[in-house]
Amino acid sequence: MSLFRREGVECVATLSLDEVRVLRRVASEVVGLLTEGFDHDDPVVVRLFPAVYPEDATETAEFRRFTEGDLKTAKIDQAGAVLAALPAENDIDPRGTEVRLDPEAAEAWLRAINDVRLAMGVRLGITDQTDLDTEIDEEITRDVTSARAFQLSVYAYLGYLQESLLDAIMR
Amino acid sequence: MTTPQILPVERPETADEPEAARPWVTVVHDDPVNLMTYVVFVFQKLFGFSRETAEMLMMDVHTKGRAIVSHGARERMEYDAARLHNYGLWATVDKQ
Repeated sequence: MSLFRREGVECVATLSLDEVRVLRRVASEVVGLLTEGFDHDDPVVVRLFPAVYPEDATETAEFRRFTEGDLKTAKIDQAGAVLAALPAENDIDPRGTEVRLDPEAAEAWLRAINDVRLAMGVRLGITDQTDLDTEIDEEITRDVTSARAFQLSVYAYLGYLQESLLDAIMR
Repeated sequence: MTTPQILPVERPETADEPEAARPWVTVVHDDPVNLMTYVVFVFQKLFGFSRETAEMLMMDVHTKGRAIVSHGARERMEYDAARLHNYGLWATVDKQ
């Protein structure tokens, strides 16, 4: 499992082939969700664009009218920053990919990874009671090919990756 | 019924103003995904809080389910909520 470290002003990680693929996929999924797949009834969209006045749909709609476009653009841009820093599928070096992020890109990655984790958290039904390690073990015991176990592992990895990036940014 | 002869004087908002004159607040709610360290980072970054203040507010969110992170004019609170949404925090605007 690769994590970020600090080198000068840059945050640096050496990602494995699988990590590059996973990051490309989840960042692309967020872009898809915010563009052609955008649906206000999707619980993920509800979480990424919270109702600012939970008791007042009219005022919330008015707020969205002024802010939603900018927020959507910002989220697409930060997911785009992740994709821009990663090699295309055909150019991935199987020995490892070094990602070097300047302070601006590191911030974009930090927010983008957070968006991905929020989206996955909704889809996977993560709660305060969720014990990831236990749940992954149970899923794998039940079915070694469990797609949910894989998704939970990706979610857990992104948590570690985000924490290491935050550490590197604040160092 | 009489109408007031003197129009209320418009005053700029200052930090000294009584709480009642600043009825709007930005509230951050607990969620099971955001990392505690990330929430502290966002509070410091957006509001310029000291580490201690940011950690105290984060713990309030975590243990009490919500914390007020700013108060003032409604438009300012909406601006703060939008900035928090950009960082993925679950923020709402409410009357104090």
